[in-house]
Amino acid sequence: MTASLTLNKITAQKGIGITEAANRVADLGWTPSYVQEAMTFPTDYKISKVARDPMKQVLRSYFPMQEEKDNRVYGALDAALRGDMFRNVEPRWVEWMKLFLAIIPFPEISAARSMAMVGRLAPGEELRTGFTMQMVDEFRHSTIQMNLKKWYMENYIDPAGFDITEAAFGKCYATTIGRQFAEGFITGDAITSANVYLTVVAETAFTNTLFVAMPSEAARNGDYALPTVFLSVQSDESRHIGNGHSMLMSMINNPDNHLLLERDLKYAFWQNHAIVDAAIGTFIEYGTTNRDKNKESYAELWHRWIYEDYYRTYMLPLEKYGIKIHHDDVSEAWDRIVKKNYVHKVAQFFSVGWPVNFWRIEAQTEKDFEWFEHKYPGWYAEFGDYWKWYGRKSKPGETNILFDQENGYVYPHRCWSCMVPCLIREDIVCDEVDGKVYTYCSKQCAWTHKLAFAAEYEGRPTPAMGRFSGRREWEDCYHGWDLADAIKDLGFVRPDGKTLVPQPHLRFDDKEMWTLDHVRGHTLQSPLRLLRELSPADREKSLAEYRKGFKIRPFN
Amino acid sequence: MNAQVQTAPQKSGAAGAATFAGSESRKYNYYEPKGRKATHYEDMTVDVQPDPERYLLQDWIISFGDGRPAYSKDSTAAKSSNWHKFRAIDQEWERTHYQRQSTICGMIQNVIDNGRKSGAASRFDKTWIKVLQDHLGAYKHAEFGLGTATMQAQRYGYTQMINNAVLTNSSYKLRFAQDLTLYLAELGIDIGPTLDTAAGKKHWLEDPVWQGTRKSIESIMGATDYLEQYFAINLVFEPLVGELFRSGFIMQLAAAQGDFITPAVVSAAEADYERNLANAVELFHILAHEPEFAAHNQGVFNGWLAEHGALALEAAKNLQPIWSQPRVKVSSFADALAAAKNRIKNIVTEVGIRAPASLTA
Ligand SMILES: [Fe+2]
Ligand SMILES: [Fe+2]
Ligand SMILES: [Zn+2]
Repeated sequence: MTASLTLNKITAQKGIGITEAANRVADLGWTPSYVQEAMTFPTDYKISKVARDPMKQVLRSYFPMQEEKDNRVYGALDAALRGDMFRNVEPRWVEWMKLFLAIIPFPEISAARSMAMVGRLAPGEELRTGFTMQMVDEFRHSTIQMNLKKWYMENYIDPAGFDITEAAFGKCYATTIGRQFAEGFITGDAITSANVYLTVVAETAFTNTLFVAMPSEAARNGDYALPTVFLSVQSDESRHIGNGHSMLMSMINNPDNHLLLERDLKYAFWQNHAIVDAAIGTFIEYGTTNRDKNKESYAELWHRWIYEDYYRTYMLPLEKYGIKIHHDDVSEAWDRIVKKNYVHKVAQFFSVGWPVNFWRIEAQTEKDFEWFEHKYPGWYAEFGDYWKWYGRKSKPGETNILFDQENGYVYPHRCWSCMVPCLIREDIVCDEVDGKVYTYCSKQCAWTHKLAFAAEYEGRPTPAMGRFSGRREWEDCYHGWDLADAIKDLGFVRPDGKTLVPQPHLRFDDKEMWTLDHVRGHTLQSPLRLLRELSPADREKSLAEYRKGFKIRPFN
Repeated sequence: MNAQVQTAPQKSGAAGAATFAGSESRKYNYYEPKGRKATHYEDMTVDVQPDPERYLLQDWIISFGDGRPAYSKDSTAAKSSNWHKFRAIDQEWERTHYQRQSTICGMIQNVIDNGRKSGAASRFDKTWIKVLQDHLGAYKHAEFGLGTATMQAQRYGYTQMINNAVLTNSSYKLRFAQDLTLYLAELGIDIGPTLDTAAGKKHWLEDPVWQGTRKSIESIMGATDYLEQYFAINLVFEPLVGELFRSGFIMQLAAAQGDFITPAVVSAAEADYERNLANAVELFHILAHEPEFAAHNQGVFNGWLAEHGALALEAAKNLQPIWSQPRVKVSSFADALAAAKNRIKNIVTEVGIRAPASLTA
């Protein structure tokens, strides 16, 4: 080694340092004088001419560095196969990856697309250069995740669900929340979407739960591949966070922007909480078989990553610029996780809907109960019997739990805003927008639809702001359909034409697997449609009933 | 029930550990591969950007303030009965992209380092150094403009295949603009203050020789139709101006001026362009032979060709004085322009449209 060091010294020649290189690269841009660049991506924000502390980045060191990271990832995947990783992997975990990896490549590539939007608005070429690299990073993330998914499909015991992945992503009643997440990056006001929602909140706060906490849980379940890929993905995020902060700082000193920033921080924080905590919380708490009481629960992780690291050290300091931070939303999100059982109710909802999803969910058992009760005192009283019912109803021939009358679960309303159902029943909000009735999981989500995604905000015109569109309530798409027909339409049937892709258990045996015949004869309905059909008085009565919640019947 | 045939609970999570319905379904089965078998690139790419006409059951769920959805067929004047048909010829996904980009970065760095070590710059013809300073220095901005235009364009395509091809195009252009910038800066270290690294931008902004090129680039950057941008870059600007300068000038003249480094640096862009061109020709060929919209698309393409062709031709002609600047003259502008015109003729013929006589005569 000494020899090569010496050789290096002799052959070393003066090059240009990173700061100078970045400055020179930044000088590539100019202000057009013949034809102006079209302002295709509108914003209601005012952006100052200079960015604050953009990161120093050049492509000639970027590409080799990224290739090296890739080499480590692909080397590790090969090593995992040589080490027979799948022989010891926990299927309970890998099954949830069918959902997670169906969702995540689209948000990633959407982040790449959204770089066009902030790139055009970037004050200064150094920051624009940062956004160009982020664009290529996000292309990396999207395709490296598609590759991981294919790798699971090829090597895991049950490939069904991975094989239909992008079709399932477009159709499933659970992936709808992931689409809400990703479309938020690429539509509406360019700063709202590509800066505040994507970077200032999603990347800065929530990628830690996504890309750091999840890999740890994967490893506890014998999955060494996911950590390799996602920690590599996460290693790009610090640059993205830096880009986003730089952009934010170029707007924050202008008091004209404060109202919009307060709106967008509120919207973005709450949506990220509602969506990311629902999904990732479920994967981490319910997709694991590891019940080590010394490990952090999702609530504990949330407190560390979101509350301590993000809220206290990133959000709170924004107050010194005169930005009003919604402390109450942060504490309400925390309460939803620790006091109102948000994650547990989401996991319960996903399992109730198993016939219309595309992965297997097995029942939680005694081993799991003890851990839940330890981490979330009172859990057993509320959820223990439910999971026992679920276990009993996992056998073909029983009524599927979605339509089961015995256990006492009541199918929830959808939140029009975050797309997660209104699971904390007492918090449901019903409101009218443009003369139509909608349901929301929380007052924050009602605010998001009614006041934030609108043509004006607190008297100020906001023509650039996005609008909610499409057939947002998934249940409406299959209102009046027979369950078996809906599953066929969703494409959630295995190649034999009758066995369902989803199964409420991990028994890899045809005799135990549900087919279309087992689920036929039940009609799906849209809760919102039914609610809208009621008279105002009956609607109030129905909502009052809903707010009281339901009680799972004692299991015996 | 016979206890002896009951199997132990499933232990292994590995493929093949059990046989049941779907246990052998180990291919992405939701799209039609272009060839007999799906390629890895296709698996990484197809349908990741959803489409309400395929699997997007609930349609796009957030729109712009004016009602435009996240992705719309109206983002271009071109029409297609099947936007999903296109596959990138270079089959790029992240791994191949980083491997290729990283290899190029290493190749360029080696050439520059070794050249500098051997004192190459001191043997460059003095007049040539000024040519590099002013004109290669100006041209790097054109490449940057193409990089930012494609960065913009990759937001709009109707499929993931189109957008990723445009994205990698952007990545190549931005890298090359930076390659030139840093190469000139490093030459400056060896040559000293006689090489003014700020001169290139001044020429780009003010020198009449470069104003046609700048106008052509700004017209591409200012276009709001993403396919117009992609078309104008790869089918028009690159053959008429980009290659004209890179191949017809730098690559051909450098050696005679004692410069073997610059051609190596610039050669990377020629190879990049071959890939971008192949992708673009494939896409525009598909659209020009559309079962429903061939005539419409050919009309649109002819319009783009006429508009951007006129700008690019004007830009090319403006560059003529550069050919007379090097001390050793080994090729003429007339020859280079003739080659460029021939090139664009071949390219558009490949696509299936005809170049107007004004461009090829
Ligand atoms: Fe990412
Ligand atoms: Fe990112
Ligand atoms: Zn909500």
